[in-house]
Order: sequence, then structure tokens, then C-alpha cells
Amino acid sequence: MSSGGAREQILARVRRALADVPRAERPDDAPVPRDYLAVHGQRSHAASVDLLARNLTDYRARVHRTEAAGLPALLSRLLSERGARRVVVPPGLPRHWLVGAPVETVPDSAPAALTPHELDAMDSVVTGCALAIAETGTVVLDGDPDQGRRSITLVPDHHLCVVRTADQVVDSVPQALARLEPARPSTWISGPSATSDIELERVEGVHGPRTLEVILVAGDPRSASAPPLGVPPLDVRS
Amino acid sequence: MSGRQDRQTTPDATPGTKPDTMTRPPGEPRGHSPGGTYLGMPAFPQAAALSTRDGRLRANLRHATHTIRAKRAQAVAELDDWDRLRRAGAAVKDRTLRHLDHYLLQLEESVTRAGGTVHWAADAAEANRIVTGLVRATGETEVVKVKSMATQEIGLNEALAGAGIRAYETDLAELIVQLGGDLPSHILVPAIHRNRGEIRDIFREHMARWGRPAPEGLGDRPADLAEAARLHLREKFLRAKVAVSGANFMVAESGTLVVVESEGNGRMCLTLPETLISVVGIEKTVPSWRDLEVFLQLLPRSSTAERMNPYTSMWTGTSGDGPRSFHLVLLDNGRTDTLADQVGRQALRCIRCSACLNVCPVYERAGGHAYGSPYPGPIGAILTPQLRGMASPLEESLPYASSLCGACFEVCPVAIDIPEVLVHLRERVVEGGPATLRGTRTVIKPARKHTAERAVIRATGWTLDHPGVLRHGQRLLSRTRRLHPRRLPGPGRAWTDTRELPTVPAEPFRDWWARARGDTA
Repeated sequence: MSSGGAREQILARVRRALADVPRAERPDDAPVPRDYLAVHGQRSHAASVDLLARNLTDYRARVHRTEAAGLPALLSRLLSERGARRVVVPPGLPRHWLVGAPVETVPDSAPAALTPHELDAMDSVVTGCALAIAETGTVVLDGDPDQGRRSITLVPDHHLCVVRTADQVVDSVPQALARLEPARPSTWISGPSATSDIELERVEGVHGPRTLEVILVAGDPRSASAPPLGVPPLDVRS
Repeated sequence: MSGRQDRQTTPDATPGTKPDTMTRPPGEPRGHSPGGTYLGMPAFPQAAALSTRDGRLRANLRHATHTIRAKRAQAVAELDDWDRLRRAGAAVKDRTLRHLDHYLLQLEESVTRAGGTVHWAADAAEANRIVTGLVRATGETEVVKVKSMATQEIGLNEALAGAGIRAYETDLAELIVQLGGDLPSHILVPAIHRNRGEIRDIFREHMARWGRPAPEGLGDRPADLAEAARLHLREKFLRAKVAVSGANFMVAESGTLVVVESEGNGRMCLTLPETLISVVGIEKTVPSWRDLEVFLQLLPRSSTAERMNPYTSMWTGTSGDGPRSFHLVLLDNGRTDTLADQVGRQALRCIRCSACLNVCPVYERAGGHAYGSPYPGPIGAILTPQLRGMASPLEESLPYASSLCGACFEVCPVAIDIPEVLVHLRERVVEGGPATLRGTRTVIKPARKHTAERAVIRATGWTLDHPGVLRHGQRLLSRTRRLHPRRLPGPGRAWTDTRELPTVPAEPFRDWWARARGDTA
């Protein structure tokens, strides 16, 4: 859609600049050594989960651990300790997670998505995640129905993120990328919002949620009596 | 304008009492040429002679660079395979550069297929025209911005201001720079030359003119300053309809763009507005999704010395989530000229981590403003002269802004041999030679000031080619050593201003060797 002139001009300049590259050379002919490690160190799955917890804590995320059955009670306690009243939830969050929590749950769903100002009035957000990376202390969201739109985990000041330790914890960055789908918008979160802009000293809390709580759940927290919150799932791939 | 004058703010200055000649009202352009260097900047030696005398600047820089240096070393030491990652990072970038036309076309196709629109800009003026036109088409008169080196390089904020569009910088350090009417002095931490007291004063004095004023009684605790920025910018994020960003990486095979950040201002700009315009240098392309596994390990540890930065956003064209309209502006602006230089092209591997700034003894003392462009430090010393060409005494002086100690090469996560390129560019300055300028092959004339250096190089070459002459010369020097002056005459005088002239030995080495070993030289 831009001026075709610039496109052709830049491509011609690139080709002239690369006159030294043999014509027969294909892009894949230029070697890339991939002898770096897929995982740093050998550890059991339990040790990976421990490492995830340690690294998350190191960057000031609050980490909690529970069995699947204890998840609703834990969420309820954390939200009431926080004093949260209005909690935004993605459309596919299992309904029973917040049963009994002393809060008003506000679903964010496709036709009636919350505006930025409405999101700003929310106290907390509760989501699942796509996966978590132990070596870096990272949770990754990819817009699945239990995570929702990217802005709902950004504007509220308090984010509670549930990680299933059985199948959502990987060790390393290479393992994480292999499991993610490039077409889906993703957000990698390693601790609460932070800045090093003042004298290169890290300070937690700028524009994103200033409190990140990660709940590591053993067992499968999806299997409960109640179905999801009952709003149609958001299809981010549309 | 000189960055030095800007630092006259004193910690005890009362808001509103300081003459406000150096700070501009919102939207008013500051001195910036569309090619990427700051207008009227003196050559490096003059600028550095001033800045090295600024005690506060030197203290701020020393504190900040030493803090991050130790942390980076620790973060890097955690990975046993750092050297292998570094080799892979360099190789991925080299593969991309050697076939850049192929990957750019692939990227264009992927982004277009995913619902984005791709624009091409040969130079800064064209990029600014494209972005201005896109913002105008939305009917909006303000944009929020994610920190972006490319938009600094092209002077986008000034161009937008000229069209009546206000650009709000949302990165904390960029906000400090913008409110203070200042220039950035570091790639990662553009306000590194300011300490907390100065930042508090800037916030107290200038926030009100741009929007929400600083909180009453704002102190200088970094956490309080961050809170003030949060409050000031939140209203802008919530109402923003258009955002402008750069990108750290663009994946050719999938059309995915990646922005790596810490504060969440990036996420705000990338998800809340309806229109997103990303201005990205063509060299930011990587071939495959898998290649990100290398750079997402190399960049955070080299840059902020973290295992992973707080937030990384990845998006591919438009989806149901985020901006409905996405424009990618691919920027050349001297990159293809740099690509044409077989030694210098490695500078295009740069992932803008700023590790080389933090270890550089020259940067630590001179500060970022002395480099006269948005790219300071060792990487700026090789990037600016190549992107701009040897356009002025500033570019000609930059390859000399180094002691060639090699610390920059050692920490570079994509193994750019900065000293090698510095020496190569020095040769270009002194000897002249072939270069590409805005796509046209040309021959650079030797810089005028280096006549003596050139004469010495030629004489040295000739002498070394004639061993007999060399031998006689050396003997002559030894015999006359008592007569040698302590300082050099003529053009060499400046060199001996601060150095002792080495004494000539009583006997040339080759004579000593022949005598001691009973051999013939």
C-alpha cells in the first residue's frame, strides 16, 4: 500500500549491497550452529516447579501452592486479603474457581468487552495461563478462553495467575517457544511491572499490575462440577 | 543544543523559579536532523571535553554503569552455554543479513496475510511522511509512544509536532527526557545522566504542562517517582486511539513482531489503542520463530541483567485482541549503505542491549550526549558514521571515540567486533575509499585534518618496505638521543600534551640482536 518506489529501491539497494554473496547461496546455506542447550541442567519435574517458584519470587511475584481442591478457597482468601471487590474474569475461567469468593465477578467477553476505563475500575483479574518457564520465572498468556484479552491482565493493579504444575511448567525458553502458536498474540510476564530507569535500580510497579500472584496448582483444577462461566469463548484467532 | 546546559537544574531549585529557556512547551521540536544526528552537535572531542568536566554527570554515569556491569556478569554466568548462544545469535543475524531481500519479502507477505499493512521508507523523511499520514487518516491529534530507537533516529516526534500531532513518550526514562526538554543519552536508560533528585525536579516542574501534575510533596524515592509517572500517564493510555512503537524482532516466517520491555507502557500502547504503527529498521528481521529462543535468552541478560524482562509482547498482524489496524513501516535510512560494507555490516547485528555502553571507559566518562546521536557508546561510534555516512566532523570523529580496549566486543551478545569496525572506519576517515551513500557507490575523500597521520602512514609503509633505510634511521635516532626534545613539535604537540615521549634506546633492537646472538640481522 506504500509507495512501490521505496520498496523496489530498498530491495535493489539490498541486492547491490550483497554483491559479495555468491548467487547460488540459499538462505539456509548460511550456517547457524544450534549447539546451545535446550535445558540448563537436569532436574526432576518437582525440582522444575520449585525453580519456577524461586525465580518468580526473586522478581517479586508472590507465589502460592495448592492442591486443585484447595484452589477456590485460596483464591477467595487472597482476594479478600487484598480487599478486592470487583474482579474481571476471562470468558473461559472455570466457574467454580471463584465460587464463594466475596467479590463481584465481571466477565469480559467478545461482544461486550470492557472498555479501558471500565477495566481501570476493576480491583483484580484472575486468569489461567498457557505455560510457565522455570529457568526464567515467567508465565506466558496466549489468549486462550481462560486467559482472555491481553488488556484484562494489564489495566487492573492486581493479577492472580493460575498455573497447572502437572502440564504447564516447562524448563526453558526453547521449550516454551516450541509449544506456542506464533499467530496468537502472547504476553510473557516475569514478575510485576518494573523499571530500572532511575539510576539503573530496579523498582517494582509502574504501569502494569503492581502485584502479581502466581498460584501453582497440583492436580487438575479444571475438573469440577460446574461448567465454565457460561459466556461464549473469545476466539482470538478470528 | 548542548546537553550540558540542560543539566543546570539543581536539586534545590524551586519549581517555577528557574528561567525556562532550555525546556520547550509540549510538541515544540528540539534540534534534531531527520538523518539521525542532533543538529549542530560538535565533534566528539569537543563535546567530550565539556562533558568530562561535569562532575555530577560523571558521578551519575559511574554509579549506574558500575551497578549494571556486575549484575550483567552474574546473569550471564548463570548460563553455561552463553558462548554458544552468542555464536548462534551472530549466525542468525548474519544469515538474515546475507539474504535480507529474501527475508524482507517473506516478512511482508506474512504480515500482510495476518491483516497488517506494510510500508517501506527509504529514509527518515519518507518514514515520517508515512507515519504522519497514517495518524492524520485516523483524525487523531495525539499518539502514545513506546520507546523506540528507530523513531528517535528519524526524529518522528518533531515531524509529528510539525503536523500538529502530539507524541507522548511513555517509557519512564523517555518521559523524563521529554519533560526535561532533554536528549537521550543511553539506549536502554535514556535518562541515565539524571539522578533521582534531578528527576524529581523535572516532574515537579513540568508534568503539569503535559497533563496530570506531579503529586503534592513528591520526594525522590525511585518508587515514588515511578508512581508519579504511573498516575501521569494512565489517563493518556486509557484514552489513546493511536500508538507508535518500534520492535525488537520481526519474524519473517510468521510475521510476528516482538517488543521487550519492563514497565507495561509497551503493553498499554500495543493493546489498548485502535491503531498501531510500528516503525522498524529492516535489520530487525529474524528468519524463524525458533530463532527467538536465542535472542530471548541473550537480550534480557545483556540488557537489564535479568533472567527475563518483566514483559514481552508478541503479535502477528491483527487478531480479535488488540488494535484493529496495524501498520508496519520498514525503515532503511542508511542500513543498506551499512550492509554494503563487508567489514562494517556486522554493526547491523546489533539488538540494542546497551551492554557495550555500560562497560565502555570512554562512555562512562564522556556520557551519551557527546556521541551526538540517539546511538551512543561503542555501538554508536560504529553505527552513526555508517548510517549517516561521513557527513560532518561529528561522524569523522566518532571512530576515534574509543581506546580500542575491546571490552565492548567481549560483552556483545551478538559478537560484533566493534574494535575491528572502529579501526576500519578510522582507515576510511584517514585514507578515504569506497563507500555507499544513499544507495550510490561513491569514493570518500580523505578527511582534511588527517594530513599528518596520512603522511606518517605512507612514510611508515615505505620505510618498512626498505629495510636498509629503516636500519640507518634507527641508528641515527640512537646516536642523537640526547638531542631529542621532550615534546613533539608541530602536529604531534597535542599528543605530548598529556603523554611522556618514549625515550629511544641507546642501540636499535636489531643491532643488539646481531651483537648478542652473533647473527646478522
